[in-house]
Amino acid sequence: MESTTENKKPKRTIKTIAKTKTPIPEQKPEVRVTNFSEVSLGYTEDQALAEAARCIHCKKPTCIAGCPVEINIPAFIKAVEERRYREAYEIIKQDNILPAICGRVCPQESQCELTCVVGHKLESVGIGRLERFVGDMALKEGWAEVKEEIKPSGHKAAMIGSGPASITCAVDLARAGVDVTIFEALHTAGGVLKYGIPEFRLPKALIDRELRMLQKLDVKVVTNAIIGRLYTIPQMMQEMGFETVFIAVGAGYPNFMNIPGEGYNGIFSANEYLTRVNLMAGYEHPTNDTPVGMGKNVAVIGSGNTAMDACRVSLRMGAENVYCVYRRTRKESPARAEELEHAIEEGVQFHWLTAPISIIGDDNGWVKAMECIRMELGEPDSSGRRRPIPKEGTEFLFEVDTVVYAIGTSANPIIAQTTPGLEVNKWGYIKVDEETQMTSLPGVFAGGDIVTGGATVILAMGAGRVASRAMLKHMGIAPPPRPPRPELGRVSKKLKK
Amino acid sequence: MSKIIKREQYSPVTYMWELEAPEIAKAAMPGHFVIIRHGKGGERIPLTIADFDRTRGTITLVIQAVGKTTMELMDLEQGEDLDDLVGPLGSGRHIEARRKVVCVAGGLGVAPVYPQLRAYKEAGARTISIVGFRSKNLMFWLDRFESQSDELLITTDDGSHGTKGFVTTALKQVLEREQDIDEVLAIGPAVMMKACAEMTRPREIHTVVSLNPIMVDGTGMCGGCRVTVGGKMVFACVDGPEFDGHAVDFDELLLRAKRFEREEQESLERLKQEKPHVCRIGL
Repeated sequence: MESTTENKKPKRTIKTIAKTKTPIPEQKPEVRVTNFSEVSLGYTEDQALAEAARCIHCKKPTCIAGCPVEINIPAFIKAVEERRYREAYEIIKQDNILPAICGRVCPQESQCELTCVVGHKLESVGIGRLERFVGDMALKEGWAEVKEEIKPSGHKAAMIGSGPASITCAVDLARAGVDVTIFEALHTAGGVLKYGIPEFRLPKALIDRELRMLQKLDVKVVTNAIIGRLYTIPQMMQEMGFETVFIAVGAGYPNFMNIPGEGYNGIFSANEYLTRVNLMAGYEHPTNDTPVGMGKNVAVIGSGNTAMDACRVSLRMGAENVYCVYRRTRKESPARAEELEHAIEEGVQFHWLTAPISIIGDDNGWVKAMECIRMELGEPDSSGRRRPIPKEGTEFLFEVDTVVYAIGTSANPIIAQTTPGLEVNKWGYIKVDEETQMTSLPGVFAGGDIVTGGATVILAMGAGRVASRAMLKHMGIAPPPRPPRPELGRVSKKLKK
Repeated sequence: MSKIIKREQYSPVTYMWELEAPEIAKAAMPGHFVIIRHGKGGERIPLTIADFDRTRGTITLVIQAVGKTTMELMDLEQGEDLDDLVGPLGSGRHIEARRKVVCVAGGLGVAPVYPQLRAYKEAGARTISIVGFRSKNLMFWLDRFESQSDELLITTDDGSHGTKGFVTTALKQVLEREQDIDEVLAIGPAVMMKACAEMTRPREIHTVVSLNPIMVDGTGMCGGCRVTVGGKMVFACVDGPEFDGHAVDFDELLLRAKRFEREEQESLERLKQEKPHVCRIGL
């Protein structure tokens, strides 16, 4: 019966599919600002099937090229459509071992969903939502817990940092039989996934479950190990027997603006603020010991994803007013569209074209106001975005008791200071060969934010992937064969930009 | 995890742990610190390494029970494991040869001064140590100081031992008497370090202080430990915690130490209700 119906079905084209993405259920804004539970609830099976049926299976798909780790997207969507969920998971897993995480935090709208052919005419296929659906099901069913058969190669490699770049690199190397050890400076693994991204976007329990995969591959994770202090890289290579080392420590050295008053109490870097709330679960103070120490009127400076996280955390921490202060406009805001929309829905008050010029404190050393100035946009600067210029005479006071700086991070200097011969650029980021991710030191590779500056989870994972191939080659190991994939379509240059 | 191989109680509020940490001991230098964390929901506490023994593979910490966490940790017994220990952190100090140095230690500052005092001595300096406590019953490590000091001066606020007064009382005398001091190291409460730095400033004697601002990760990630030194913002965890005492903005440091006063008080009150035994130490 089934097959007859299918035979009669008209061919699926851009004209026959639903014009918009299947909506994803979410907690209502007024409810979610009172809790730290996940905002987006994920597709049900029916919703996933409906969305999978929007993929028109292009002869030459362009979505894959939009993905930094090149997941075979059409194949996994087809498997979902045919309810072969386990297979869908296996297809994703070949290229991405963290689908439940990436399905939640990737900026799909500027990657796979941007290059999706359907997206040229209609709303693109909800690739990220489908990836999350598959990732969540794999976790629920325990598919990720299966031990893989690996033949040891007798080679040894170390990862520094346990964020997305290292995890990807570690898994690729482990699958090729390399004995991999991950060194993490904090007391728990996951890097920025743990300290940076809030619970309501990425639940911590989910990260831990997804990371169990590392154990199945016999990857060792050593927490509380700060490289550059406990061991240096030369020591790791000469005394500890690591043939290759991958540096992926993140950027995580917070920037301040260098304006008067930055020492007052109530001023945080977003890193500190989010670490107190996320990693140390400060929202559960006093049940948990780490306090957050925030006030009622919060100004968050910056408008990237981290700024959105800080704004939305503030609302959930009980702030009465949360102001997002950004010197450019919404158009230039580097945040993902979804994060911005969520923040607006939740009641964050945006002050575009506004920049702080000083912070004013009370007699006890606490912030009481922030002096700001309005801006206007001039000619494009080196980043291609129009340069904000202060409008004289528009200075005004913002009464706030908490200020959070989310204006980016610099390179942490510890590794560079303790690794002779490791070349860094003028901002302190590690210089690498783009083809291989190898640094100026043979056998030492680097990737993720410590190379690029603050970027995304998936770009870090892409760097981990590139590095793993070069590291295998460096150690004289043939990389495991990749499964066959469709011929890739060409992505237009305009989109690539 | 790290085992507490030796534990001693120095006073009702001060205790010492010798922790099994061979790798940290191997890498440790004077001036380094560690971060400890224990139990579910436990906070990260930075503590300067008070001693390290590379042959035994241990480091020593001296802890003062001042808040909820440090009071609760007082319950851990010899032989038990501490969940998390990370280090060595900070830039550490390569102590070079000096002719004459004065090491000033106030209260708990005795612990972090000790490895530096020993390094000065090993580098061939004549060492004058000034150690101050509030009262006789809080004193510890005088024997260790004795062994590394050419001269040891002890002060107590209440006069129960040594000279009555503060460490600055003794420092003033030493400064008047000695004309060829190369360096002063002063570690203790921020007000004490500030006072010492003010005393040496007119004579332009290089004065090293060790700051203990509030921090979370201790690796440069949070920026909570930012301090102003010579008009520039620096992170104590990566750039310090040792700095030129004449360049440190102590007033800002003192204000920033009060960031979590209210929350800390709340936590203490809560602890008193939950575990009355821990808080019978008369704080």
